[in-house]
Amino acid sequence: MKYIPDALRRLWHRMGSPRWFYETTGPWVPWLAAAAALLIGVGTVWGLAYAPPDYLQGDSFRIIYIHVPAAYLAQAGYILMAICGVVLLVWRMKLADMVMATVAPIGAAFTFLALATGSIWGKPTWGTYWIWDARITSVLILLFLYLGIMGLRRAIERPEAAGRACAILAIVGVINIPIIKYSVDWWMTLHQPATFSVTSAPAMPAIMWVPLLLNVLGFNLLFAVSVIQGTRTEVLIRERRTRWVTDLCRGEQA
Amino acid sequence: MSFDSFGEFLAMGGHGFYVWWSYLLTLVVVGFILVWPLWRRRRFLTEQRGRLQRADALGNRAEVESHAPEA
Repeated sequence: MKYIPDALRRLWHRMGSPRWFYETTGPWVPWLAAAAALLIGVGTVWGLAYAPPDYLQGDSFRIIYIHVPAAYLAQAGYILMAICGVVLLVWRMKLADMVMATVAPIGAAFTFLALATGSIWGKPTWGTYWIWDARITSVLILLFLYLGIMGLRRAIERPEAAGRACAILAIVGVINIPIIKYSVDWWMTLHQPATFSVTSAPAMPAIMWVPLLLNVLGFNLLFAVSVIQGTRTEVLIRERRTRWVTDLCRGEQA
Repeated sequence: MSFDSFGEFLAMGGHGFYVWWSYLLTLVVVGFILVWPLWRRRRFLTEQRGRLQRADALGNRAEVESHAPEA
């Protein structure tokens, strides 16, 4: 009986080791990148050239194949950051702070992309690039939360204090995620409801939604590649005084 | 195939401007998230290697400690 929690605790500690993360995840990257390229390649070509035009929006609806993955990752990235914040505050796991620091600019980039592609899509569909409706405003707040967390980290000199402050801001900001999700139901809006739902079949035909699914999966892998590479860099920077990083710097060619 | 010619594909039923700008922006953002971690890694390795070489030349490991900036 006593061995199980011990074994679990050892696994947890090993997973929290920055060196373990660096060495374990390195070989995953080429495979993840190849799978991402394949999924996004097929999804994008299919979506742009083979899916039929929307009967109302015509060909402008093809923006969906990048807008939905970007908007999804903007929110998933934030939730990941908040989970890392909890892990950092509860277990003081340094690796969680490194992931949190890495996700912020990547999530901000996807939030920007979601806003930009949504804005461009809005012009031919709604007749305007921008409107202060609930969905768009709450996603803009998400972008400011990301930028705020990045700024907070730069503003606080001691890394431990910066990590804790960012964790608290990330956790408090999670309240914005359900607001984004339900904004299209709670307030009058131009924005259409979600394309995919767990409980019902998609309203569009398979020839339109399959490429979207491929792109959502592909962008997830792309996000994973970026977060893994970013965290590995962050590990090197923060562990630069340790023996193994020093050896790695001496051994590896730039 | 949803289009009869390459010209029609580029025109996107009159929405080419919006569609292609969206995809161009996506390319830029995807490029950024893939290159940024690698660029940061390269910069760190170059700087750290320089610091280690200076420390080795002085035969003093403490040099690495005192000159390492905060991340």
